[in-house]
Amino acid sequence: MLRTFRLGGIHPPENKLSAGKTVAILAPPPQVIIPLGQHIGAPAQAVVAKGDQVKAGTLLAKAAGFISAPIHSSVSGKITKIDQAVDASGYARPAIYIDVTGDEWEETIDRSETIRRECTLSSQEIVAKITAAGIVGLGGATFPTHVKLTPPPGSKAGILIINGVECEPYLTSDHALMLQRGEETLTGVSILMKAIGVDRAIIGIENNKPDAISHLRTLARTFAGIEIMPLKVQYPQGGEKQLIDAVLRRQVRSGALPISAGAVVQNVGTAYAVYEAVQKNKPLFERIVTITGRGVANPSNFLVRIGTPIRYLIEAAGGLSGQTGKIIGGGPMMGKALVSADIPVAKGSSGILVLPREEAARKPSLPCIRCAKCVAVCPMGLNPTLLMTATEFVQWEMAEKNYIVDCIECGSCSFTCPSHRPLLDYIRLGKGKVMNIIRTRKS
Amino acid sequence: MENKLIISPSPHIHSGDNIGRNMYGVLAALIPAFAVSLYYFGLGALIVTAVSVASCVVVEYLIQKYLMKQTPAITDGSAILTGVLLAFNLPSNLPVWIVVIGAIAAIGIGKMPFGGLGNNIFNPALVGRVFLLISFPAQMTTWPLPGRFPMDYVDAATGATLLSKLNEGVSQWPSFVDLLLGNMGGSLGEVSAAALLLGFAYLLARKIISWHIPVAVVGTVAAFTGIMHLADPLSYAGPLIHLMSGGLLLGAIFMATDYVTSPMSRSGMLVYGAGIGLLTSVIRLFGAYPEGVSFAILIMNALTPLINTYFKPKHFGGK
Amino acid sequence: MILIAILTLGGIGMAGSVLLYAASKKFEVYENPLIAEVQEALPAANCGGCGYPGCAGFAAACVNASSLDDLLCPVGGADVMNRVAAILGQNAAKTDPKIAVVRCNGNCQARPHVNRYDGARNCAVASALYGGETGCSYGCLGYGDCATACTFGAIHINPATGLPEVIEEKCTSCGACVKACPKNIIELRNKGPKSRRIYVSCVNKDKGGPARKACANACIGCSKCVKECPFDAIQMDSNVAWIDFRKCRLCRKCTLVCPTKAIHELNFPPRKEAATEAGGAKTKDIINEKTNSAC
Repeated sequence: MLRTFRLGGIHPPENKLSAGKTVAILAPPPQVIIPLGQHIGAPAQAVVAKGDQVKAGTLLAKAAGFISAPIHSSVSGKITKIDQAVDASGYARPAIYIDVTGDEWEETIDRSETIRRECTLSSQEIVAKITAAGIVGLGGATFPTHVKLTPPPGSKAGILIINGVECEPYLTSDHALMLQRGEETLTGVSILMKAIGVDRAIIGIENNKPDAISHLRTLARTFAGIEIMPLKVQYPQGGEKQLIDAVLRRQVRSGALPISAGAVVQNVGTAYAVYEAVQKNKPLFERIVTITGRGVANPSNFLVRIGTPIRYLIEAAGGLSGQTGKIIGGGPMMGKALVSADIPVAKGSSGILVLPREEAARKPSLPCIRCAKCVAVCPMGLNPTLLMTATEFVQWEMAEKNYIVDCIECGSCSFTCPSHRPLLDYIRLGKGKVMNIIRTRKS
Repeated sequence: MENKLIISPSPHIHSGDNIGRNMYGVLAALIPAFAVSLYYFGLGALIVTAVSVASCVVVEYLIQKYLMKQTPAITDGSAILTGVLLAFNLPSNLPVWIVVIGAIAAIGIGKMPFGGLGNNIFNPALVGRVFLLISFPAQMTTWPLPGRFPMDYVDAATGATLLSKLNEGVSQWPSFVDLLLGNMGGSLGEVSAAALLLGFAYLLARKIISWHIPVAVVGTVAAFTGIMHLADPLSYAGPLIHLMSGGLLLGAIFMATDYVTSPMSRSGMLVYGAGIGLLTSVIRLFGAYPEGVSFAILIMNALTPLINTYFKPKHFGGK
Repeated sequence: MILIAILTLGGIGMAGSVLLYAASKKFEVYENPLIAEVQEALPAANCGGCGYPGCAGFAAACVNASSLDDLLCPVGGADVMNRVAAILGQNAAKTDPKIAVVRCNGNCQARPHVNRYDGARNCAVASALYGGETGCSYGCLGYGDCATACTFGAIHINPATGLPEVIEEKCTSCGACVKACPKNIIELRNKGPKSRRIYVSCVNKDKGGPARKACANACIGCSKCVKECPFDAIQMDSNVAWIDFRKCRLCRKCTLVCPTKAIHELNFPPRKEAATEAGGAKTKDIINEKTNSAC
């Protein structure tokens, strides 16, 4: 029996259209737009000015606080302006525009293909390098990685869990990475183990990727303390708390950090970025992006520079096929529908999903029939229909008492609802309001 | 601007489930039981079911259109389902006009005054049935004996059900096979345990209902009547007789699991099911009525909001 | 037999009354009789516009306050506050009647849609994730949170423009719509003499270019009105003008100079010059426009 998390969950059609496609390297576009807020926390502060010449890897903006991350140039060229640009949030935010000339990298970056496995740096030195490279959680949450590697005083991690689950339908970027950069990724995992001071790591992979499981298993024999654990396919297994439950059979207490269960969770993509930062001195300025969906001609996996407009990726994937309904940044369950194809790829863009018109529209919402299917699938054990009603009728006390802040916004409830009710739309709003209320009460 | 990109919050895909799929799924699960009733009760079963369904749909349509001024949503199948379930709880020789009154009570009292689908407190079909049981006790408790299709609608031979005999302390039990197939008197949809269990398997396979409520009901009735039977085998029938007679299986599988009127959490469902089982057993063994499933379900319907308050879903990482 | 019945019933009655008396004494809550008196004078709308939980809460606040300066029942206005002041033997603060004003005129023609929103029809939900369906991320979303919040039925979305409209006679200026609007578009402004008032019907903080591109009716921050105003009543803040209704003398000079007609005037008689394009007719035009364009 394969393990999985024990509460709720769904199994949407996997639709991994781009599975098995080799990662193609995409040349830099003529112009990139690099947003300054690509992570959770304070947006970075620009340290360059209009007219400056930059190379790939040049620092563009420094971290604005502990929960923040620096941002580097992904191309060589000239900064044309520092202005507002509409990003994935749907609002205009500060961004740096660079006109690309050539492809020169900073000299400190090791561009060779040789794999460097040994790392003699201390834990602090590793964390310092990760901080400087601007690495954030690449699974999509974009939480600055160095924060997770610096546990609050008094707590100690016993194990590192690596998320190679890729539970979102359609996405295959992590899958491609594990197959093609397996050794580098595992080196990154060992470096992360050293950084947090644990001697054991488990990589959880859903068993719809048997090739990745067997490939990494073979490689893992040459690394100390790394295990591969196949998991039963179930969404949202990539959620931090769900993954810990699936792998360790431990539930993180409501309101507590994963470290309280003795675990630190990192994504495989993050592990690879850590490898590049520590062993190759390369800041995070490119990533693997899946471009997929029945709205594009050739679903593919690309290695893309941060700041590349999505339009450029769509063209590289053979262009749009038919009437486009939605362009989604991320997977279909948790991704964000984008307002235009001019939005740039950011650190957290694991995939671009293009849905044709007929797949994109929602059905009209009908009255709740109290079937409790949302309750049955909620991986956090909440009552989504109650929380939606509480939000609709502004009953924050009721919402708080029913743990609205524990919602992980996985969307299983809305996915399942036979009445097509926009459960998560409201719960997300209510969660934000209740979190604000709690914050003001504390201060 | 024909090609405007659609924006919406996540998730962007849907399971494809809808209300109709669930309602028609339950209807499909009722087909075996309906076939059995056609076989044993003939034309009467067909007439009562058809009249009940037609009246429920018409009443709902009229109320939605003219009283509530909404767009009628009768195609979602919920009114059809109420009609079928009501019919399944009636004797197959019931006069048509009484069936119509039952349908009006079910939809007009049990469902629409609360705001329609999703808002009713009590199971509408059972509201209709209990309304008729109290208003027309004689007609509602004279059940035709099983015959062969096609039979005459009005002049079928009638007799008491097994349950009413139970209260009188009869020691001649029908054979297990007859109970399983439904070769006995009773409401038209309740007689065959095998057909109802087949429907249950179908509902579980399509994930339309979960196992919790039916199993809790059946388990509690089995436990309670089993203990009584062990204590005094002469006065009390064994659990198997209780499980396979009367409306117990129909109620446990199809009526108690009604989405709208049953609790939402797993633990709540178990408590609710156990409550129905307990009340049914108590009414059957000690009450004035030979059958108690309808009353038990209605009483537990009333307690559902309370159960929802005290039996919350198991919260991840909660104490 | 009869005696026993009388005694039993009488006994129960006596015991009950003693119990009730004891309970009422023990659990008695003293309430200042003035509170009930003040509450009588209030409109009993329980709208919460005053910031207190219902009229009873407001009455208690009035009685307990040392002065009535910071207390106002927006529904009742000056009349009610004067009555309350009379009951309490104090002076009511002078207040002018107010009314809710919608500061967005990005109707379908002026503000073309660039996306189609398909989520829950709720402004708060939509604005938490997106700027809206149009290029303007400051303007009205049109899903009617304000209309839902209004307990007096005084605000509704006009399907022709996709914008909210305030019904003057019904608006009590309770402020529920102001709180409900996630874009902070609705403002409580002085009702003005004969309901005449002038306001900037835009809150777009973008610079002129982007604002104009997103909406033909946007305030582009050109400051012409600021220079024109003889009473120094107009302020320019983050590329959007705001008319201080305490200083405005309703001279209507600003509406003439506004290049995008973002300044609206309401309930004025037609100008002598019959400048039909500008001024009073403008708002009427928008409201009465019978368009079937897919908004």
